[in-house]
Amino acid sequence: MSLETPLHRVQGLGAAHSGVKHFWRQRLTALALIPLTVWFAWAALGLVGASEAQTLYFITQAAFGVPWNAILLGTFVLISVYHMVLGLQVVIDDYVHAEGGKLVLMLTVRAGAFIVAVVTLFALIRIAGTV
Amino acid sequence: MARARPLSPHLTHYRWYSTMATSIVHRITGVGLSLGTLLLAWWLVAVASGPEAYQSFMAVARNPLGQFVLFGYAWALSFHLLNGIRHLAWDIGYGFTPAKANRNSWIVIVLSVVLAAAAFAAAWTGHAGYNQ
Repeated sequence: MSLETPLHRVQGLGAAHSGVKHFWRQRLTALALIPLTVWFAWAALGLVGASEAQTLYFITQAAFGVPWNAILLGTFVLISVYHMVLGLQVVIDDYVHAEGGKLVLMLTVRAGAFIVAVVTLFALIRIAGTV
Repeated sequence: MARARPLSPHLTHYRWYSTMATSIVHRITGVGLSLGTLLLAWWLVAVASGPEAYQSFMAVARNPLGQFVLFGYAWALSFHLLNGIRHLAWDIGYGFTPAKANRNSWIVIVLSVVLAAAAFAAAWTGHAGYNQ
């Protein structure tokens, strides 16, 4: 006899309140970040010592009418920030045992991630507006 | 007062292995890179905010402390990337034997430092900056 309610059983979720969603998303974002990180490192190295105008040109230059570098930068930041929330969640789960502190830290991490994402996208849109 | 209870062995009781080091450093670099994301956002905001904001960002990036932080970011990024690939390899069942685990952890440690050092060597000797 199972002590699980039928609803719990059909959802496939145990005492942790969630299934493999976190694990799977962490792996998928990790996989996406491999090529994105290699691209970002190469791009950043290519911008060492660049002036503001040169950096603007790099970010806004288009091929076939599409500003690939701006799109890749935005994608890199968004997926990084998502991967970061998943990773810091695990760190907090492991070391912070007080429920209150855990909640405050998780909200801080998510708020920080949201702010970084919004600020970055706003900056990229503003940069796109300069051309 | 609570009586001192026997503890199971933890961090300070084990001899350091390369695999243990990479596991701990993976987490530390992950937290470090989270802070590094703020630098990335700052850089983009500076680029978007005009020449003066960009100049003040570059002044910080160029001074010794800024270079030290950027080197840390570059190394953390290469370490977390390389060790992350190791993690994904484990997920498909590769790299668990002691010999492979030891070898791969040393590859990650050495290669991450080599990559970060190579990037900075290229930057300082004028071989970077080709996107201009």
